[in-house]
Amino acid sequence: MLITGSFIMIFPFVWTILSSLKDMSQIFVIPPQWIPDPVMWSNYIDSLLAMPFGLAYFNSFYITVLIVFSTLITASMAAYAFAKINFKGANILFILFLATMMIPKQVTMIPLYLVMDQLNWLDTHYSLIVPGALFNAFAVFLLRQFIMGIPKELEEAAIMDGAGYVRIYWNIILPLIRPALAAIAIFTFLQSWNNFLDPLIYLNTPEKFTVPILLNSFKGLYTANWPLMMAGTVISVIPVLIVYIFSQKQIIEGVAITGIKG
Amino acid sequence: MNRNRPNVWGYFFIAPQLIGLLIFSLIPLVYAFTLSFTDWNGFGDFQFIGLANYIEQFQNPEFWKAMLNTIYYMVLVVPIGIFISLILSIGLNKIKGKEIYRVFFFMPVVTSSVSVGIIFMWILNGDFGILNQLLALVGIDGPMWLTDTKWVIPSIAILSIWWGLGYNMVIFLAGLQGISKSYYEAASIDGANVFQKFRHITLPLLTPTTFFVTIMTIISSFQVFDQAFVMTQGGPAKASYTIVFHIYEQAFVDFTMGQSSSAAIILFIIILIFTLIQFKFQDRWVFYEK
Repeated sequence: MLITGSFIMIFPFVWTILSSLKDMSQIFVIPPQWIPDPVMWSNYIDSLLAMPFGLAYFNSFYITVLIVFSTLITASMAAYAFAKINFKGANILFILFLATMMIPKQVTMIPLYLVMDQLNWLDTHYSLIVPGALFNAFAVFLLRQFIMGIPKELEEAAIMDGAGYVRIYWNIILPLIRPALAAIAIFTFLQSWNNFLDPLIYLNTPEKFTVPILLNSFKGLYTANWPLMMAGTVISVIPVLIVYIFSQKQIIEGVAITGIKG
Repeated sequence: MNRNRPNVWGYFFIAPQLIGLLIFSLIPLVYAFTLSFTDWNGFGDFQFIGLANYIEQFQNPEFWKAMLNTIYYMVLVVPIGIFISLILSIGLNKIKGKEIYRVFFFMPVVTSSVSVGIIFMWILNGDFGILNQLLALVGIDGPMWLTDTKWVIPSIAILSIWWGLGYNMVIFLAGLQGISKSYYEAASIDGANVFQKFRHITLPLLTPTTFFVTIMTIISSFQVFDQAFVMTQGGPAKASYTIVFHIYEQAFVDFTMGQSSSAAIILFIIILIFTLIQFKFQDRWVFYEK
């Protein structure tokens, strides 16, 4: 049963790859022709040339990297303050962070569009990068849980040595929460790389498109050319699958620990 | 020394995220509430019109169509998706090499909505799709999945179940690991069989997890959009037009931003209710344990 199950789970991927290597005459054959013959590697070149996939890769990549790194810093800073600094209003502000996790993104979708318009950020990458970099309540929450678990003695020893908050954060807290940071980095990467609705709303210029949004317009242009569409899809899935293969342990265990998808 | 100024340093450390929270979450939320009471159309001035948008929304057949489609989708995805992932995780729990299976089952979870949408457009293609060709092998005449008004929601549900199976399975596996072996040992001594153990130990002790997964799946089902947008554009004949689709169209196609905001607020209230139910029961779900 499990072998059949696993087969069903990966079959769509396998079928996509097989279809991407066929030509139009093979793809509509009934009964299905399983193995492409001839193997049409040119589909990949054609779909890469048909639309600016290289540019979309670059856009997705640099946007995602900026979001991941800024999230790790800003969220861990906030998490540290909420976990270890006894400042006025900390509890109320933390509850505010928790409460925003309940807001579905569709509710703030229209006002955010207007905010971006006000900031003159429509059709720019700022509209994707800045909110991602500065706001991630889930990351703050999860990192705070980890930092709470760090024993007080470690900090106290550092204070004796004259360390301030910044040194404690940088030299003690950050190194100790590395596994949590890795989990947040992977979740944030996946979330940002796969983001569809935001670029759909904010971006108009094809040169500014990220991979999912470019793939969607690719679909619009090549509806009938299935091999090309499948090649485009494979191209879009590869980076995520590479990240997944190398970090599947952290991803799966991260999900198991938190129970919340990033 | 700065030790004495916890307030200053506290605000310093939370400042970036707090600014983000204000600009990209709280202000837009207040903004959305305000807009929902106006007749704003995306340009120029607007007037406050009280509850008119909400009343109009409830009289709008497209709103109800979207709501019914969403609920139909949910009725398929929640029980079937949870049942399959529960059975699979129980099967997987005792098996050697479950990590390998887990890797396969989780793979779709990391894939983007557009990619899985396009993959399933091809698999579910009524004329040449592989699913219908496989069904034909066993003598079943498959439907025109994505272009038949009766089958389009089940089609999207099939994609979503496949897509989310690994996620739910991992949560269930975590729940199963949390059940102490001593219960099963005690039951074995009392002569309980496999089915009795499942019925009287596994199921009851897994209810917190099942509850959590159910509420989370309901919440995400209310937000279904990407799959329908990519595969069917809400069609045919609005048969896959969901509540988020309705919000999206009213805002970015019709530019009735005020109207759209009222639908978004209605969605928010529904999701809020389910979230609060989950929070109320969250002590039954081991959220903080590591």
